Amino acid sequence: MKTLLILGAGTGGTMVANKMTNLLDTREWRIVIVDKEETHYYQPGFLFIPFGIYQPTDVVKPKSNFFPKSAEVIYADIELIEPEKNQVKLSGNKTISYDYLVVATGSHIHPEETDGMMDGWQKNVFDFYTPQGAANLHKFFETWDGGRLVLNVAEMPIKCPVAPLEFLFLADWYFNKRGIRNKVELTFATPLSGAFTKPVASKMLGNLMESKGISVVPDFNIMEVDNSKNIIRSYDEIEVHFDVFVSIPVNKGADVIGASGMGDSLNFIPTNKNTLQTEKWENIFIIGDAGDVPSSKAGSVAHFMLDILVDNMLDHMKGHEMKASFDGHANCFIESGYNKGLLIDFNFEVEPLPGTFPFAGVGPFRLLQESYLNHIGKMGFRWIYWNILLKGYDLPFVETHMSMNGKQVLVQEPA
Amino acid sequence: MTDILKAIAINDEGFMTDPGQWTKEIAMTIAKLEGIDALTGVHWKIIDFCRKSGEETGKAPTLRTITDGTGVTTKELFALYPKGPAKKVAKISGLGKPEGCV
Repeated sequence: MKTLLILGAGTGGTMVANKMTNLLDTREWRIVIVDKEETHYYQPGFLFIPFGIYQPTDVVKPKSNFFPKSAEVIYADIELIEPEKNQVKLSGNKTISYDYLVVATGSHIHPEETDGMMDGWQKNVFDFYTPQGAANLHKFFETWDGGRLVLNVAEMPIKCPVAPLEFLFLADWYFNKRGIRNKVELTFATPLSGAFTKPVASKMLGNLMESKGISVVPDFNIMEVDNSKNIIRSYDEIEVHFDVFVSIPVNKGADVIGASGMGDSLNFIPTNKNTLQTEKWENIFIIGDAGDVPSSKAGSVAHFMLDILVDNMLDHMKGHEMKASFDGHANCFIESGYNKGLLIDFNFEVEPLPGTFPFAGVGPFRLLQESYLNHIGKMGFRWIYWNILLKGYDLPFVETHMSMNGKQVLVQEPA
Repeated sequence: MTDILKAIAINDEGFMTDPGQWTKEIAMTIAKLEGIDALTGVHWKIIDFCRKSGEETGKAPTLRTITDGTGVTTKELFALYPKGPAKKVAKISGLGKPEGCV
């Protein structure tokens, strides 16, 4: 019997287990999936918890609901990966050997990486990338009577680069509904030169932020949180005052990647961005945000990686050349408050552009523009996630490779 | 002063697209455009590291890779290359935009 071992049963790992179970001969292969947690979190839903749109119970289901029957599931800590020996050590003195390994151990926040951040942690310094942080922030907001809310991205890359913008758009709406928007200052301090990573979207989203009265402090690289003065300070000594500080702390790959000597300085595994095979080991593949692939670290990206990874791993198992190539496709709804949203669709080469999606001229979704239907798409995505995406099925009308259909190519104005 | 840059390939965001065209003179010219009048020994130590890292990996190192690899602290890096040091040093070293910026 040969073993396909999957480390991590989040979005990526669960999808790979479901897809591979139908493609591998079960007389020849066993599929083993390991995760320490028994609860699956719908991570895109964390964003809505601080504003009371979702309750913490709305974003959880048992992981066991989503595994294929034929897979062997182990709930344990992953203690060490030994790629030279093709084996993985788990808690409880268990060792598993593998023929092929898929690493889907994700990315995680590290507030302790920034000086002073732990001083006010979960008191007046919060995150919303963990269910607990999002719930604590909701409690804080319910009784807050206004002041300076500062949101900061500590360092790129982060899981879901649009989530910070969505958070601020929803905050604008939430405080407006509570009747205290005039008492709340919203500030976005970002290490990027603008609202988003790519120029066209950055300009359009920047304009949207301005129209909602959200100020942007660009090129802000946080050095420390000074909780005695309620200040965040950058490496070049820019200071921003806060009453409540919402941080997207440094994101790193799983600790076990570092402990196993497999990662870069942020514990992300060097990965071929087209084949999704690790640079160093032929029988190890990466899905989602565990690798250093220069795409957005988001669930939709993991979904588009799935077909590529599966095709290439099957080809490699047969000794064939790997032909499938990941293009960096990402497709993200951006909730913008007041029951509206935007949609962006892009890849390694093509930045988010305005237009319609998925059909030219028809839509029904609008790219880089606010619409009610985009909001419906965003809110409907939770059902799609649980029922289609995690099972490894194709999304309706959305191709693995990005399509230019419906996108308006903007002509660059001479400088 | 910028004549030297006319002969080389530079993209819309100001990054060289062919690291093979890079010379020390080009580095000094781009540094001036980026507001650094004179490149000191420590500046060059960082540029040398970035060139080497670029040759090995095919991409520009991130801020973290630079601090880990050179022993220069982030604070010093910001003093040497104000505002965005990773981007600035990538430009001066003739490499593409650091991929941490996606």
